[in-house]
Amino acid sequence: MTPLLQVKDIEKSYGARIGCTDVSFDLYPGEVMGIVGESGSGKSTLLNCLAGHLEPDAGQVIFDTRADGPVDTVTMSEPERRMLSRTDWAFVHQHARDGLRMSVSAGGNIGERLMAVGDRHYGDIRDKAIDWLGRVEISEARVDDRPTAFSGGMQQRLQIARNLVTGPRLVFMDEPTGGLDVSVQARLLDLLRGLVREMGLSAIIVTHDLAVVRLLADRLMVMKDGHVVETGLTDQVLDDPQHAYTQLLVSSVLQV
Amino acid sequence: MIRNMPIHSCLCPAFCRFEYLEKDEAMIELTDVSKSFTLHNQGSAVIPVMEGASLKVDPGECVALTGASGAGKSTLMRVIYGNYLAASGTVLVGGLDVAKAQPREILALRRETLGYVSQFLRVVPRVPTLEVVAEPLLALGRDRQVALDKAAGLLARLNIPERLWSLSPTTFSGGEQQRVNIARGFAHAYPAMLLDEPTASLDAQNRETVLSLIEEAKARGAAIVGIFHDVEARERVCDRSVNVSEFTPGQAA
Amino acid sequence: MNEYNFAYLDEQTKRMIRRAILKGLAVPGYQVPFASREMPMPYGWGTGGVQVSAATLTPDDTFKVIDQGADDTTNAVSIRKFFENTAGVATTEETKKATVIQTRHRIPEAKLTEDQILVYQVPIPEPLRFLEPRETETRKMHSLEEYGLMHVKLYEDISQHGAISTSYSYPVKVSDRYVMDPSPIPKFDNPKLEMDAIQLFGAGREQRIYAVPPHTKVVSLDFEDYPFEASKADHPCDLCGAEDSYLDEVIMDDAGSRMFVCSDTDYCRSRREAGHQGPMTREDAA
Repeated sequence: MTPLLQVKDIEKSYGARIGCTDVSFDLYPGEVMGIVGESGSGKSTLLNCLAGHLEPDAGQVIFDTRADGPVDTVTMSEPERRMLSRTDWAFVHQHARDGLRMSVSAGGNIGERLMAVGDRHYGDIRDKAIDWLGRVEISEARVDDRPTAFSGGMQQRLQIARNLVTGPRLVFMDEPTGGLDVSVQARLLDLLRGLVREMGLSAIIVTHDLAVVRLLADRLMVMKDGHVVETGLTDQVLDDPQHAYTQLLVSSVLQV
Repeated sequence: MIRNMPIHSCLCPAFCRFEYLEKDEAMIELTDVSKSFTLHNQGSAVIPVMEGASLKVDPGECVALTGASGAGKSTLMRVIYGNYLAASGTVLVGGLDVAKAQPREILALRRETLGYVSQFLRVVPRVPTLEVVAEPLLALGRDRQVALDKAAGLLARLNIPERLWSLSPTTFSGGEQQRVNIARGFAHAYPAMLLDEPTASLDAQNRETVLSLIEEAKARGAAIVGIFHDVEARERVCDRSVNVSEFTPGQAA
Repeated sequence: MNEYNFAYLDEQTKRMIRRAILKGLAVPGYQVPFASREMPMPYGWGTGGVQVSAATLTPDDTFKVIDQGADDTTNAVSIRKFFENTAGVATTEETKKATVIQTRHRIPEAKLTEDQILVYQVPIPEPLRFLEPRETETRKMHSLEEYGLMHVKLYEDISQHGAISTSYSYPVKVSDRYVMDPSPIPKFDNPKLEMDAIQLFGAGREQRIYAVPPHTKVVSLDFEDYPFEASKADHPCDLCGAEDSYLDEVIMDDAGSRMFVCSDTDYCRSRREAGHQGPMTREDAA
């Protein structure tokens, strides 16, 4: 079986400071990988390198494309990479306003990716938008409202709908539940979990919230100071952490 | 690592390693397994909790783990399930060495081959009970209706009133939650199972049902490792016992 | 008049603008940056169009200027005078006699020919700006042909108004490649963008020139279930009776009575001279 994503020796520095270094892993279809670590550990730098938002100094990010099989997305042409990020890839930002067009209606936000890949039937686009609003538990009545009129949780769900409408195979998520109330987080996680299962998505989730990865991620990568210090099955890493830093991380979580 | 002789024909198209297990080969086989915890943040204290653990469970066999509280029964179960990382030795389940396997291989193993009924139900809030029980089958890509029918049958057998099936089990009583957990654990016919106190706090009727489920699993060839404080239940379903105190460092036999 | 170089601009500048025009013609619909000069008129009064006209005119040309279709509005009159003074070219109000026509917000009703050039004044050349304010990003979208956003605008129109309510500056795709803002002409004029004459677009403040060569395919963007429609007021011209021309609505008095007249004054006049009558002229006659 071919991995969906093969990451090889990714390295990114900001001048003398290491963003991330020596990161390699394979992600298989349907797998959800969590990347945890504290602020400044390099997890967001890594995610941005993987998603093509940052150019790594070294290394390869090989994606198994539908048309041509495994291709290094770092060296592929920009049109190809942008096409990938509109079709087979999705990126869920921590702040919904970074991932939404705030001046465009909910329906228009969801429809944009469809129109970007050539859908030209208003009725169909609108039907799909309404279907996706339903899947992320937003009332059809809100389809013409702008996201500025939505709560934080709704904005985040709208962002997810906007990303998933083209049926991507790989979703990058940057702190998808950050900044949301705990009750809203639970609902969002439940929703994400269902969608990941239902659509057979592969996902890479960056978070500092261990509860999020326990619920969503099959496997875990723990980062510190730009280095990967531990990887493994999520429940094994959380219940039987091997590295000093992971032990500290796990034992620092407040028990409720 | 790959053996011959089908004991279980799995539907998983991706990771299946279990179609070719040799006849009379143990389903679960631990060889000289040790486990210790290194507390890096407490002066790097190394706490050995298990040494020289060996165990062999054949298809159709049920082995009870015994020993005093804290002797390491749960630790051993967790090592077999891949939840704890063995420090040394091999932990073969259906031919896969859990101690060295990739995460995705362990996940496939857990989906296909190795079931685990823990003492506590851990579910995502808001998911209806029927879905919770059917989930292991749905995860294997089984037909939705078939999965739901199977789940309904198990819930009925375990006396969960039908009116509760559409509700999330998070609001259920302790006993009800445990029965939901057991129904979920038995939804898929795993070739290997780990049972942690499956009959604790059940009334006579439900206890009987659970013991029948275990017997049926054995009859279809499942290899089972269990912790039973209920001595009668243990004597009824288990073929033999292994005292894990033998594997406790410093107290070895 | 010899205080000025021909058509006001110096020869180097005109050459620079002509290079931009030629590049625009070579890549239809592509916005070519150019070093827009200060002109003796404010931005928004057609500085882009004037510079393109200046670079296009030759002493033998006959020049016509229209503003919203009319030859006699302030803007049209002053630009016409400007070139009469600085270039000494002949000017006309008759579409057919003109070789270079500078326009703001209209395409003449009369069919233009291969020996004519139509110069548009453009306020905002970037059709994507409505939804994506970043110039770096819109340029990238053009270069990668990522035009989904344009349809998002039309989608928003339909979802809010039940129809595509964009009635001017209606976006078009030129020669199956670049999405272009045809300047704020009414969408009624959009079908005329496929014409025999050369069309040049100049945006002075934004420093962009773009072009549509003769006989170039120009498609108005739309949805399959909401096709493009070139709409106009459902009324004949009250003066000349024309059913096929774009009309201005004129309020007559405080009681709200109104009349519809051709926005193209030359077209209306030539029809009346040919004996056509509209509802009001007949009434007056009666």
